[in-house]
Amino acid sequence: MNSPQLQPVLQLTGVSKSFGSVVALRTADLALFGGSIHALVGENGAGKSTLVKIMAGLYHRDSGSMEIDGQVVNFRTTAEAKAAGIAVIYQEPTLFPDLSVTENVFMGRQPMGRFRRIDRAAMRAEVVRLLDGLGVRIDPDRPADGLSIADQQIIEIAKAISLDARVLIMDEPTAALSGIEVERLFAVARNLRDEGRALLFISHRFDEVFELCDTITVMRDGSYISTSPIATTSVPEIVRLMVGREVTELFPKTVVPIGEPVLEVSHLTRPGVFSDISLTVRSGEIVALAGLVGAGRSEVARAVFGVDPYTSGTVTVRGKRLSSHDTTAAMAAGIALVPEDRRKQGLVLDSTVSTNVTDAVRRTIDTFGLISKRQENSFAQSWARKLEVKTAALDSTAGTLSGGNQQKVVLAKWLASNPKVLIIDEPTRGIDVGTKSEVHRMMCELAGDGMAILMISSELPEVLGMADRVLVMHEGRLTADIPRDKATPETVMFAATHAGEEVA
Amino acid sequence: MNSAASRVLGVLRSREMGILLAFLLVVVLGTLKNPSFVFSKDGWHDLLITPSILLVVAVGQAIVIITRNVDLSVGSMLGLTAYLAGTIFVKYPSIPWQLVFLIGLAFGGFLGLINGALVGYGKVPAMVITLGTLYAYRGINVAWTGSNRINADQIPQGLQAVGNNSILGIPILTIIALVILLVAAWYMRNMRSGREMYAIGSDPDAAELYGLAKRRRVITAFVVSGAMSGLAGVLYTARYATINSQAGYGFELDAIGAAVIGGVAIVGGSGTVVGAAIGAFLLYTINRALPVIGIPDFWQKAVVGALILGAIVLDRVLAVRQSRKLRETKVETTNETKEVAA
Repeated sequence: MNSPQLQPVLQLTGVSKSFGSVVALRTADLALFGGSIHALVGENGAGKSTLVKIMAGLYHRDSGSMEIDGQVVNFRTTAEAKAAGIAVIYQEPTLFPDLSVTENVFMGRQPMGRFRRIDRAAMRAEVVRLLDGLGVRIDPDRPADGLSIADQQIIEIAKAISLDARVLIMDEPTAALSGIEVERLFAVARNLRDEGRALLFISHRFDEVFELCDTITVMRDGSYISTSPIATTSVPEIVRLMVGREVTELFPKTVVPIGEPVLEVSHLTRPGVFSDISLTVRSGEIVALAGLVGAGRSEVARAVFGVDPYTSGTVTVRGKRLSSHDTTAAMAAGIALVPEDRRKQGLVLDSTVSTNVTDAVRRTIDTFGLISKRQENSFAQSWARKLEVKTAALDSTAGTLSGGNQQKVVLAKWLASNPKVLIIDEPTRGIDVGTKSEVHRMMCELAGDGMAILMISSELPEVLGMADRVLVMHEGRLTADIPRDKATPETVMFAATHAGEEVA
Repeated sequence: MNSAASRVLGVLRSREMGILLAFLLVVVLGTLKNPSFVFSKDGWHDLLITPSILLVVAVGQAIVIITRNVDLSVGSMLGLTAYLAGTIFVKYPSIPWQLVFLIGLAFGGFLGLINGALVGYGKVPAMVITLGTLYAYRGINVAWTGSNRINADQIPQGLQAVGNNSILGIPILTIIALVILLVAAWYMRNMRSGREMYAIGSDPDAAELYGLAKRRRVITAFVVSGAMSGLAGVLYTARYATINSQAGYGFELDAIGAAVIGGVAIVGGSGTVVGAAIGAFLLYTINRALPVIGIPDFWQKAVVGALILGAIVLDRVLAVRQSRKLRETKVETTNETKEVAA
C-alpha cells in the first residue's frame, strides 16, 4: 500500500445545501486522500446522499468550498465532475440495457479513428483489458440487459478506471449483493486503493466498514461530527456519535391502558423482501417499527394491508384471519394504512379535499350508489373540523395544501372508516415542526380511544418519544423488541445495523 | 470460431435478415404467380421505385424512434414541401431544378426543428407535439393550396426524369434512397452522436447521469426526420409531378409501420435504419403482391396489420428468449466465480 499523501485529493469544507425551507446539509466536512478507503456513516437523513450528489455534480452547494488538489471546483454537470476525476457508483447502477457492455463503458467518449469514426476494435480491446485487470469474466459484447447488480457495479468501476478517476464514491454498493459478490467488490476496491486512488465507501453495515476502510467520518443531521482512523475507534463509539443527540423535541405521549391484542402477525415471509416477521399490536398501544431505509419495514406494512402478497405466515385482526393479497378484506377487518408517499399513494391530488376524505367510505354514505356533493361535504366537514385541516374550502384541490394538511386529509380519510388498526408509515416526513406535534397529539388521542397503532418511522426521536414498544428491522428480519423504558438511541441503532442475536 | 465467421453468423441471425427473407418470400410468391412481377421492365422498375420515397421517410422516422420519440408529422411535412417545390417552379420557371433538392432538405429540416424544439424544451411527449404539427402543417398546406393543383407541365423535365428514369436498370429514385440509407446507417453505427441516440432511447435517465447532450441529440433526430420528409417531398414532385393539398396524406403510419416491421423497437434504443428500409420494401411490396397472388383488395390493410402485429409479437418472443439466455449465462459466470473463490 502506498502511504497516504499529505494533501487531500478531494476536500469539502463547510458545505451546506437547502431545498426550499428544508435543510439537507448544514456543515459538511470531508477530506479524501489517495491510497485510502474512507467510510462515511450516519443515520437516514444525515445528509450522506446529498453530499454524494454534490460531489457528483448533480446538486450545487449553497455555501462552503470544494477543492480538488487544492483548487476550488464548481461542478455544474455530472460531466464536469467526471472530467475532474470523480466517479460515483450508485447502489443500483444505471446502464443502457440495449447496448453492449463495451458501449456502456465508453458511451459519450468512444475512441475515434479517421473521420471521427468510432474505433470499435480499440474500444473492445480496452474493455477486455479493464475487465481482466479487475479479475472478472464478463462478455464485453453482451447487452447490459440481464446483468446482475454486482456485474453492473463492476462495469461502473471499469468505467471509472477507464476515466482514470482519482476519487471513487460507492454509495451503499453492497446493499444488494450476496456474500461472494461483496468479497469480489472488496478485492477490487483494495486494488484501486493500492493504485493510489481515493475511495469513499458509504454503508450501514459496520462489519464491512471495519473490514474494508481505514478512516471513518460520521455525519448527523446534516452536519460533520467527527473523523477518526478505524484502528482507534469501535462500533459502540461510532453508534454513539451517529445518534448522540438529546431527544429535546417534546412528545405529547400520554399513558393509556393497554388492552387486548388487535393485530397479530406471525411468521410472515416474502422471500427476498422480509422473513419470519412476528409481531403483536394491542389496543391502545403505539408500536414503532424502526430500522434503516430499505430494511423492509414498508414492505411488511404493505403485506399486512394486503397490497403485496406474502408466501407464508398469517395476519390476524381481532382473532379473524385475513387472506393474503386482499386489501378489501383488510379494510373490512378494520385496518387502515397511511402510506409513506402521501402525494402518490395516499391522495388524489387533483380531487377536492372532501372527495379525498370520503374516498374510503363511499359505500357507507351513498344513496342507491349515488353520492351528492352535499352529503360528501357535510361528512367531510365534521372530519376536517376534528383534525383542524387548514383549508380555505373543502372543494379546493388536495394538491394545493401544505404537507402537514395533506397528511391530515389522509388521516381523516382513514379515520372516517373507523379503523381498529392504524398502520402509519413515516407519519411526519416533510412536515413542519408545528404540525408534527399536532399529528403526534392526534396519534395519542387515537390510541387513547383504543386504536392499535403500528408506526413506521426513520426518525429516532419520534420512535423513542411516541412508542410503547420499539421493534427493529434489519435486512428483512426483526432484530429487536425493546420496551419503552429500555429504548435508547444506542439500543435501537445497534439493532438496526446488526443481524440480530438477542431476539428470541 | 474466428471473428469473420462469427460476424457472418451474426448477420445471418440478425433481425434484418429475417425481414429480408420475408421480403424475398413475397417477391418469389408474386413471381411464381405472375413472372412479370419481377421479370419485366415495368415489374422490376415498380418493385424498386415504389418503396423508395417511403424508405427515405422511414430512415428519418427510425432515427427519431430510436431516441424514444415518434414523429407523426412526416406526411404533412412531405406534402408541404412538395407543394413548396411545385410553387417555386411555377413562380420561377428558370430556377435550376437541382437547387430544389437543397431547398426541400432545408425547409423540411426547419419544420423538423420546430418539432424538435417543442419536444426538447416543452417536456411534452413527442406523440402529442407531432400530432399537433401533423394537423398544423397540413392545415397550412390546405390554406395555401386551396383547390389549386400543380400539374406535370409546370415541373421541369429534368426533375421528372430523376423521378422516372433508371441508370443501369436501377431507378434514380432508388439510388438516391440507397445512398441516403448508407450514409444514415454509417452515421448511426460509427459516430458518437449516433450511438448516443441509441443510449438516450435505451434509458433517458441513465443518459442524464452520463452527461450526454440529450436535448441536442433529440432535436437533431427531429431535424433529420424533417429533412428526410422534405427531401421525400421533392422526390414525390419528381415522380408524380402532380401535387394538391393531400400529398403524403397518411404517410406517417406507413413510415412508423416500416420502422416497426423492420425491427426498430417503438420504446427506443434498438433496431437499425437498414431494418426500417427493408421494412419499407416489405410493406409496399406486399401491397402490390396481394392482388397478384389473388387476395382481394379489401384484405390488404388487414394483412399489413397482421404483419405489424406479427413483428411486435416476434420482438417480444425474441426479447424474452434473449433475456432468459442472458440470465442463464449469468448463472454460469457466477458459478465460475465461486470456483475461483473456493
